[in-house]
Amino acid sequence: MTANQIMFFLFSAVIIGCSILTVTSRRILRAATYLLFVLVSSAGLYFMLNYQFLAAVQLTLYAGGIVVLIIFSILLTSQISQKFEPVGWGKSLFSAIASIAGAFVTIISILDFKFSASTEAAKEINMHLVGNSLLSVGKDGYALPFEVITILLLAAMIGAIVIAKKAGPKVPHSQTIKQS
Amino acid sequence: MQKRQVLRFLILKQLNNHKMEAGVPLDYFLILAAIMFFIGVYGFLTRRNLITILMSLELILNSVNINFVAFNKYLYPHKLEGFFFSLFVIAVAASEAAVAIAIIINIYRRFTTINVEDVNEMKY
Repeated sequence: MTANQIMFFLFSAVIIGCSILTVTSRRILRAATYLLFVLVSSAGLYFMLNYQFLAAVQLTLYAGGIVVLIIFSILLTSQISQKFEPVGWGKSLFSAIASIAGAFVTIISILDFKFSASTEAAKEINMHLVGNSLLSVGKDGYALPFEVITILLLAAMIGAIVIAKKAGPKVPHSQTIKQS
Repeated sequence: MQKRQVLRFLILKQLNNHKMEAGVPLDYFLILAAIMFFIGVYGFLTRRNLITILMSLELILNSVNINFVAFNKYLYPHKLEGFFFSLFVIAVAASEAAVAIAIIINIYRRFTTINVEDVNEMKY
């Protein structure tokens, strides 16, 4: 076994184990922590494949940003000590059958297809190349998706502010709760 | 003399590349991503709390990212398409999480719960 294989199996064991715990844990804050472990180990996989920039983005944005956002919203909306009720056996059985069948079909078709690895030399990814490609409009340029993503981020920011803003005096808070 | 050294360096580099690809085949990455995707689907189907549903969604998006990166590394190492696509997927996931959490907090203000089975009125 090479060092690469050992690293890969370590990371994949952490990823699979913690993803199962993420979807089955009955305490919500623990589920968020397991999600953090999953995201950090996928950053490790990217480091293994020599994509350092992507791994850094994964660590800062996913593990640093989204998980912290999720934990904040957990603190705002849930009781920490409260445990979820266990999922009904029928629901959990049928969901498990559906997902295991789906995984089975996908894995069979992956193993059936013969991928031929490319022999071309790998391109070295540095910050210079990433910046130039993001702003170039020629071949191998990604200016259009970059602009689209900036508009999406702006729209998401404005939308999040507008949605989460407290409602004005038109809709009194207590009244809506009584009606619902 | 120098030429030979350069040649040897290139061959060694190629060998290293091959060793890495021989050590962990592409199929392993794809199987890992498939398993992670369907664990996310299971969580999406069984969970009732909105935030845990959002966490399952993040699992699904992350498995797709692993697929893109592995395909880029193994099948098209001279291009950068998978790399940039996964960057954009991360950006979309971030904005989606921000808007979803704003909606969840708004729902909590109106109904004082974020259980999907209790939030069944479209209009107050």
